Amino acid sequence: MKSRALRRIGLIAGVATTSAIVLAGCSGGGEDPGDETEGETTLTIATFNDFGYTDDLLAEFTAETGIKVVHNKAATSNDARANFFQKLGKTGLADVEAVEVDWFTEMMQYSDLLAPVPDDLKGRWLDWKETAATDADGNLVAYGTDIGPQAVCYRADLFEAAGLPTDREEVAELFPTWDAFFDVADSYVEATGTPFIDSANSVLQGLVNQLDIAYEEPDGTIVATENPDIRAAYDTVVDRAVPISAYAGQWSEDWYASMAGGEFAAMLCPPWMHGIIAGEAPDVTGWDIANAFPEGGGNWGGSYLVVPENGANVEAAQQLADWLTSPETQIKAFNNAGTFPSQPEAQESADLTGYVNEFFNDAPSGQIGIDRANAITVSTFKGPQYFQFHDALQNAVTRVFDGLEDKETAWNTWVTEVSAF
Amino acid sequence: MTLTDTRRGERSSATPDGRPPRVLSFSQRLSRWDLKISPYLYISPFFIMFAVVGLFPIAYTAVISFMDWDLVRNSGEFIGFDQYVWILTQPHFWTALRNTFSIFLLSSIPQLILAIFIAAVLDRNIRAKTFWRMSVLIPFVVAPVAVGLIFNAMFADQSGLINSWLSVVGLGPVPWHVEPFWSHVAIATMVNYRWMGYNALILLAAMQAVNRDFYEAATVDGAGPIRQFFSITLPSLKPTLIFVIITSTIGGLQIFDEPRMFDQFGRGGAGQQWLTITLYLYDIGWGQWNFGRAAAMAWILFIIILGIGLINLLITRNLVRDEGLRSETSKQQRREQAKAAKKNVKEAGR
Repeated sequence: MKSRALRRIGLIAGVATTSAIVLAGCSGGGEDPGDETEGETTLTIATFNDFGYTDDLLAEFTAETGIKVVHNKAATSNDARANFFQKLGKTGLADVEAVEVDWFTEMMQYSDLLAPVPDDLKGRWLDWKETAATDADGNLVAYGTDIGPQAVCYRADLFEAAGLPTDREEVAELFPTWDAFFDVADSYVEATGTPFIDSANSVLQGLVNQLDIAYEEPDGTIVATENPDIRAAYDTVVDRAVPISAYAGQWSEDWYASMAGGEFAAMLCPPWMHGIIAGEAPDVTGWDIANAFPEGGGNWGGSYLVVPENGANVEAAQQLADWLTSPETQIKAFNNAGTFPSQPEAQESADLTGYVNEFFNDAPSGQIGIDRANAITVSTFKGPQYFQFHDALQNAVTRVFDGLEDKETAWNTWVTEVSAF
Repeated sequence: MTLTDTRRGERSSATPDGRPPRVLSFSQRLSRWDLKISPYLYISPFFIMFAVVGLFPIAYTAVISFMDWDLVRNSGEFIGFDQYVWILTQPHFWTALRNTFSIFLLSSIPQLILAIFIAAVLDRNIRAKTFWRMSVLIPFVVAPVAVGLIFNAMFADQSGLINSWLSVVGLGPVPWHVEPFWSHVAIATMVNYRWMGYNALILLAAMQAVNRDFYEAATVDGAGPIRQFFSITLPSLKPTLIFVIITSTIGGLQIFDEPRMFDQFGRGGAGQQWLTITLYLYDIGWGQWNFGRAAAMAWILFIIILGIGLINLLITRNLVRDEGLRSETSKQQRREQAKAAKKNVKEAGR
């Protein structure tokens, strides 16, 4: 009798365990997309790195509208990218998602899955920032946050040692064109025997960001290997940038160590790079910013906010994105994290025009950023496969830099790789 | 109405004489089901889990591998074997295959030799045995990504610790991130660091199980420690070695964390110097969002592992044939002996 009772308990336990496991397996993805209880809405926003959206800033929005905001921060833009594409078209994305320009064009293929920006906000952003976020149907689908207008950061002490001018106005005149830039670099390398710039691939980045069309045409035709501009950029980088660079690419262990040790004299630097230099090389003095970039201007980096169409509170989410990208809020974000605003109106603010960066020898980095942003005339068309093409071309430059392949072989390898995509 | 008869012995007698069918009470029925069904329920959690997280993804992968799959829109177009053809015609795939095997050999062989050596040392009568034995397992506790980060800093080409040590010794700096061979050595070092102690402990356990009489007899016969190691210890380790080899083969073919952490991009180097198969698979899937190709790649990897597994099995069979026995009899003879013994037992039982 006893054993039977035990066995029955066992049977029930067995069924219970099994069903519990099955249920657990099924109930995973169904997360609650923001609960609405009696008019009180909770919104989620997902960003990465540092957008400058502090708790205090978001509390201001709550105070104004009564809408609570929960902020999820991914560690890197790559994490955010993986999460974004896995959930786009399904469920589980935050009400407002941050998107980086690197994978922004990939996302534009799915612009129909995003809620468009209301018409009355059009014109808030810089033209090219808005153009890039407008899809084939003419819908503006993303709210621009920051941009990366490039300038040249340089080490005044090393410039002096090499017999170059050190004053930031004089230095700015050294770099009207890329040729002039490389000539200065060559004379620096000759005088000191040390590399002038940090990496060859950042020059490639700078050159490609000044082209109208990179690897794909707006109608989807792939022109990567036939585009003479790309070939010219590659030639320039290999012939002139590789010999004056300390490294092939950025972000490696050696690159960081070299920056901390102060081994190179200049960098192409968008505003978000200032914080990185100051943070990684706190003991290196002499950094300054020249209000110049070869051949005018160039943009490197920056982000957008988007509102997925199938979210639970699309309207409130649009309100939040609107508020966060308003010129006033962007200035606050700039003060919090140095993210340079993409709204012309924000660029008139005294907070920005008067901003002085202590680490860079009190350079007026706010005004420099504004000038560099105004110098940007081209918005490079980056197709959905831009990231792959550009990454492969960077690898080709790296192979030449490392001496693994010569210029032609590396180019041909790239052509083979591109034809396989 | 006849009484329901539930006594065991008479159950078989119920049949064609027109008796109405027997009616079982619910509790009886339950206990019958219990007997028949519950064993399957007890073992079912594993199979249900496997079906949900194992079998279904495998089948789904197979379906996707024949399609041009759009992850975001969750739809695809059937295109047959195109994805497989694409993978097999990629030079990157063959480079990845070469790198995987190169890293696998560079890690497994020195690792096993060193593990046996460490185990042999730990097997001696040393003071604070447990302390030393536990110490060799410490690297295994460290997360592979942490190992990757630390070793990546140590193996940096310009600022790395290892290259500065090498230049102190007088050897030039080694281009760890440029030359394929040296990058494989660096990655294999990370693998060895993590797995050597683990394998050493397994081998140590096997060594402890060797009958100590053998060593005594050998000592009496005048064999030194080295002769004893090669003639007693090593042959006794064979079955354990086979286990260790198989597990490290599977691990070696799936190597991912270490090469991914080897540089800042995690895509195997500018010239695919340390691109491994799983790294390539990950890049196609999560870098290029091409899940059709990634699925085809996964199946190709599966087939490769299956092939290596079969080769392993064949070798293993040959090695295990004389496992643990010092007798002159062959397998065939032993089988016959066993048969005869069984027969004896049966006859004795009657």
